[in-house]
Amino acid sequence: MVCDGNEAAAWGVALSRPDVVAVYPITPQSSLAEYISQFVADGIIQADLMDVEGEHSVLSVLHGACLAGARTFTATCGQGLAFMFEPYFRTPPLRLPIVMSIVTRDGITPQCVWGGQQDAMTVREVGWVHMYCETAQEVLDTIVMAYKIAEHRDIMLPVNVNHDGNYLSYGVEKVVLPDQEEVDDFLGEKNINWHVALDPERPMSVDPLTGGAEGSGPALFVRYRKGSCKAMQNALRVIQEVHEEWEKRFGRSYAPLVEEYRLEDAKYAIVTIGSMTGAGKDAVDLARESGEKVGLIKIKTVRPFPVQTLRQALSKVKAIGVVDRSVSFGWNCGPMYQELLSTLYLLDERIPAISFIGGLAGADIRIEHFNRAIETTAKALRGEEFSEPIWLNEKD
Amino acid sequence: MRRQAREPFDESTIPNDLCPIATERIDLKTGDWRAERPVVDRDKCVKCATCWLYCPTQCIQEKPTWFEANLEICKGCGICADECPHHAIMMVEETEE
Amino acid sequence: MYEIRIHGRGGQGAVLASKILAKALVEEGKFVKAIPSFGFERRGAPVSAFLRVNDKLIRQTTNIYNPNFILCIDPTLPRAVDIFSGMRAKGVWVQATKKSLDQLQVPESVSKVGLCDAFGIALDVFGRTITNSVMLGAFAKTTGLVSLKSLHKGMETVAFRDAALDKNIQALQRGFEETSVFELDREEGS
Repeated sequence: MVCDGNEAAAWGVALSRPDVVAVYPITPQSSLAEYISQFVADGIIQADLMDVEGEHSVLSVLHGACLAGARTFTATCGQGLAFMFEPYFRTPPLRLPIVMSIVTRDGITPQCVWGGQQDAMTVREVGWVHMYCETAQEVLDTIVMAYKIAEHRDIMLPVNVNHDGNYLSYGVEKVVLPDQEEVDDFLGEKNINWHVALDPERPMSVDPLTGGAEGSGPALFVRYRKGSCKAMQNALRVIQEVHEEWEKRFGRSYAPLVEEYRLEDAKYAIVTIGSMTGAGKDAVDLARESGEKVGLIKIKTVRPFPVQTLRQALSKVKAIGVVDRSVSFGWNCGPMYQELLSTLYLLDERIPAISFIGGLAGADIRIEHFNRAIETTAKALRGEEFSEPIWLNEKD
Repeated sequence: MRRQAREPFDESTIPNDLCPIATERIDLKTGDWRAERPVVDRDKCVKCATCWLYCPTQCIQEKPTWFEANLEICKGCGICADECPHHAIMMVEETEE
Repeated sequence: MYEIRIHGRGGQGAVLASKILAKALVEEGKFVKAIPSFGFERRGAPVSAFLRVNDKLIRQTTNIYNPNFILCIDPTLPRAVDIFSGMRAKGVWVQATKKSLDQLQVPESVSKVGLCDAFGIALDVFGRTITNSVMLGAFAKTTGLVSLKSLHKGMETVAFRDAALDKNIQALQRGFEETSVFELDREEGS
């Protein structure tokens, strides 16, 4: 079929057979919410659809449903995500395997309803697994995989499947629908609340108050925080396994953590994330044609951050240019640049890295912008210093 | 145009990269968006002001013996034609001029 | 690879048209990537859709700045928006209009023009000026890039909001039949 990313996401949800869904519309997620509602009405999704009055209630309702054993789904972005932040914040430590699409949108001030990644990037530290998709097909596939990842016994963490607002949400391309039976077999038996439940048959107190500093509080906290961190580290392994199984069953492969493009003999590379990658690869091909030894590294999984996999990729090059679609205010650079800097610490030698920020408020990151990024990174390779981030759409 | 009661804030007194404010008004010529325009039969119009009341963009203007839409703003929604109790307004296809 | 830019106004179905066209081209074995560009999301505001067509996978997901084809489904839009911005030489322009060729300003970059009174046909078929299906027919006639049969197929699986499938097929057919196509003499290198 031919559809956009939002519809593809809705099909991914349908295939995963959720029990309870709750959505509240917000641009550019709105059509996803509408497809979910339509699918429920048409019986394509056989779930209870909770019509609530706002995103705060959306996620709160799903907490309850999840604790009662339901497989759940929701989607939001931007201000909706902001409104959802209170329950969003406690979902990972509660170990609820909720799957949520963030149809990434830029920050709302200055007033903006267009695509970016500020919303999802800002909340990357809350404890949800974060994966960024490049195509509508990847959105569909990753949502189904997300359930297997979230509900894996070694993980039990909520998962965000992120896709770029406007470009992927409304961008239309050919999408293949996986076979339902195969998906059922892939996902296996549902077992959502074996570990924490609101269930009269297994009475327990869910998330009671911990003791203060004089009591058991700190030790408990350390125990549970370590548990969360362990789960995140397990996710590095499980995400790879799930993607490998997906390829075996459905014939489509995606680099689960980090993708390397023409990196084997590259002297330098640009780093991308999400839908901008397409133009990036085209620009790399163009540069290669004129003799430049450049490659591309794409990050799919941002949380857990694939430090070791990235380190291996980075050790092949001598300079990098990181293209971010959002801003790290405190560091005067892009967020992925910040994380890459940390990763570079693990390399045997220090290599130059430049921060590029582009695509804010729905701006295009075109092949021309990538050409500039490639040329500038080549300069860094030859020793030129760049201490300030380069804002790609400044003069557009 | 009604005169502004108070002068807008002088934005040159703050850096231009500080905070998103605006002090200059640009009238969006939404009349450009129109596919049909309302045409008033001035003999039928009794100035009951129903069209003025219902217009979603408040672009209906009072004339000596009739009301009519300000075509720079009018988006051609047709509500005025629909609501006029005297059927004095007709929606006519916009020309390509 | 072809780059098609569709111009319209919110509410006329420009974005849906790009989706139908995408489906039709995929039906014919092509690879397609179509993205819309929203300004203000309301009826009447100018809207664009960008569609890339190729025989192999299209990776870049960006707007189109140098189109080969311009499809404008609203007759009043050319005076409000520069629909020809960045157009490549030997471009094709398909326009919804009542006017004749000599009444229009055709830029040098355009070497083929398709004209169709889409408003007239749409008012006839739907009673409203929703021109997307009509102009898809006009596009097929002018460019020959896609067949009516594939466009039919594309329409079968979209959710039309304002009218049933048969009316849209009718509009498509009329758009195809009632489009005049003109080849213009352009100097080499112009």
